[in-house]
Amino acid sequence: MTSPLQQKIKITGPSVVTANRTSDGIVIYRTAQQGWSANLSDAAIVRTSDEARALLNEANADDVGAIGAYIAPVEIKDGGEIKPGNLREHIRSKGLTIDLLPA
Amino acid sequence: MYAYDELDRTLINERVSEFRDQVKRRLSGELTEDEFKMLRLQNGVYLQLHAYMFRVAIPYGTLSSKQLRRLAHVGRRYDRGYGHFTTRQNIQFNWIKLSDLPDALADLADVGIHAMQTSGNNMRNVTSDQWAGVAPGEVEDPRIWSEILRQHTTLHPEFSFLPRKFKIAITASEHDRAAIKVHDIGLRLHKNADGETGFEVLVGGGLGRTPFIAKAIKPFVHGRDILSYVEAILRVYNQYGRRDNIYKARIKILVHELGIEKFSREVDEEWKQMDGGGLTLDHSVVEEVRSRFSYPAYEKLPHMPDELKQAAADPQFERWRKNSVAPHKVQGYSIVTLSLKPVGGPPGDATADQMDAVADLADKYSFGEIRVGHEQNLALPHVAKRDLPKLWKALDRLGLATPNVNLVTDIIACPGLDYCSLANARSIPIAQELTRRFANHGTAEMIGRLHINISGCINACGHHHVGHIGILGVEKNGEEVYQITIGGRADENAQIGALIGPAVPYAEVADVIEDIVEAYLALRDRPEELFVDTVKRLGVEPFKERVYATR
Repeated sequence: MTSPLQQKIKITGPSVVTANRTSDGIVIYRTAQQGWSANLSDAAIVRTSDEARALLNEANADDVGAIGAYIAPVEIKDGGEIKPGNLREHIRSKGLTIDLLPA
Repeated sequence: MYAYDELDRTLINERVSEFRDQVKRRLSGELTEDEFKMLRLQNGVYLQLHAYMFRVAIPYGTLSSKQLRRLAHVGRRYDRGYGHFTTRQNIQFNWIKLSDLPDALADLADVGIHAMQTSGNNMRNVTSDQWAGVAPGEVEDPRIWSEILRQHTTLHPEFSFLPRKFKIAITASEHDRAAIKVHDIGLRLHKNADGETGFEVLVGGGLGRTPFIAKAIKPFVHGRDILSYVEAILRVYNQYGRRDNIYKARIKILVHELGIEKFSREVDEEWKQMDGGGLTLDHSVVEEVRSRFSYPAYEKLPHMPDELKQAAADPQFERWRKNSVAPHKVQGYSIVTLSLKPVGGPPGDATADQMDAVADLADKYSFGEIRVGHEQNLALPHVAKRDLPKLWKALDRLGLATPNVNLVTDIIACPGLDYCSLANARSIPIAQELTRRFANHGTAEMIGRLHINISGCINACGHHHVGHIGILGVEKNGEEVYQITIGGRADENAQIGALIGPAVPYAEVADVIEDIVEAYLALRDRPEELFVDTVKRLGVEPFKERVYATR
């Protein structure tokens, strides 16, 4: 069986590593400073599969701080703003798309 | 209400201490997530998109007002002020912190609530009819047997590491409100020719990726033998159920692959070898459990009190009464369903303030008791008819008197992609939009009984397969699209719905459902013919034509 650290990773565009924080479960992003941030704008951007694998391995090594790290696609806007790359990540980043109480 | 004994209280309290220690060790890094995951799941703790989700059991859907107030407290203190009632008589809190969970569990344990049997590959919360004990014509209160099964299966080592999760539902009424035919084991209480109480046993039902309606395996198992017979089924499942493929691990797949005859023979052989296995229920054991259920001291009340006659002049009250009030086995009393499906609201959600207020109303009008149904609504099971007008006014102020029970806006929906890490598509906004489209209560009444069920992925937590109209969200090329089925039903005539055609985009779902409903109104042969009966009579084709002719 292939070790998770050696699993094939293929990315097709700019990506980040995201997880949930162990203590409270909130969405966090791996930063370039080997830490975590709750803001997508702080996330380290990877553009090659090797970079993605390295960042994911680093994130997985922090089992105390984070759970279930994985690579997620993002879009980089003209001004450099980082946007989630799909609906799932949009919801994780921005929160619910619904009204909690009757509108 | 069921009163826990010392053993139950000790078990629940010890569980809290144990989990407190496990959480502490996880947060300190002594336990890895791999080691901790199974421990948290055994205490109802999942990890969802934004946060941990905490699922709490409401065995057979019965709550005291004290317990409901405590659920409100958990929602307010540890979460974001609301909870979500599920399709299996549980409540979920969506924003809870791992570090707060031991305290939340301890607060719940004080009132006899726990999160055992709400996740993991074990026996899940045994569910029942939310009208148990009060429905006219019921054989007997099915919660007695639900409780016996709960006690036997809780932390039972043989049922703690099954190939996959395992769900049992029990009904004792002709009309099945517990959806027993879509459970791993469905039990229908009835009496044999000698007047003895026992069960028709169904096995291998389930929804998800591969839906099956349960098959009858035994027409009558005497009540005293039900534990041994259920255990025989579980032993066969434990032995032959597949652990190599999660998609083929449920008992429904085993029953399907072996065939009900062969599966039945295996169970009979096991049962014979067990020879009771020490599990034959002594009459006194059943009576001991029965004695721990308390029933209200009902008054002798008139069938039609003056208060009700006077209130009948108010058309809004009458609309609600006809929709949400059901007959009770005791004259002068009613069962009142509280719709958690307000127009524009997320199905099954209740705020902490609403829960507190319902608890107060239960104390005032329902002997302190509340029920939770798999349709994601609440019920007050013992309301004197004379109190209905006052109760209605109070519920209306709380937003809990929407007269839509069993109508098109009484939608069952899973949390979907707004919350769930398994989901591919959103469920709640689809439900909210549909409730707005059919917000006119007169129109909804004219349409009649129509159940819409929505799931945000193939795991089918919204039971879409058995919705009269089922909506399944899937992801295609990065977009949410929705498959529509019609003709499903979850009652005693349970049926899997049929797909009407290609999936439709998110933005078109509500239009498509409106088309289907309009087609039904044009096609039904009389106003009393229910949607599901029209589909049965005419098949999918006319609905398909209507939906796809212009798309």
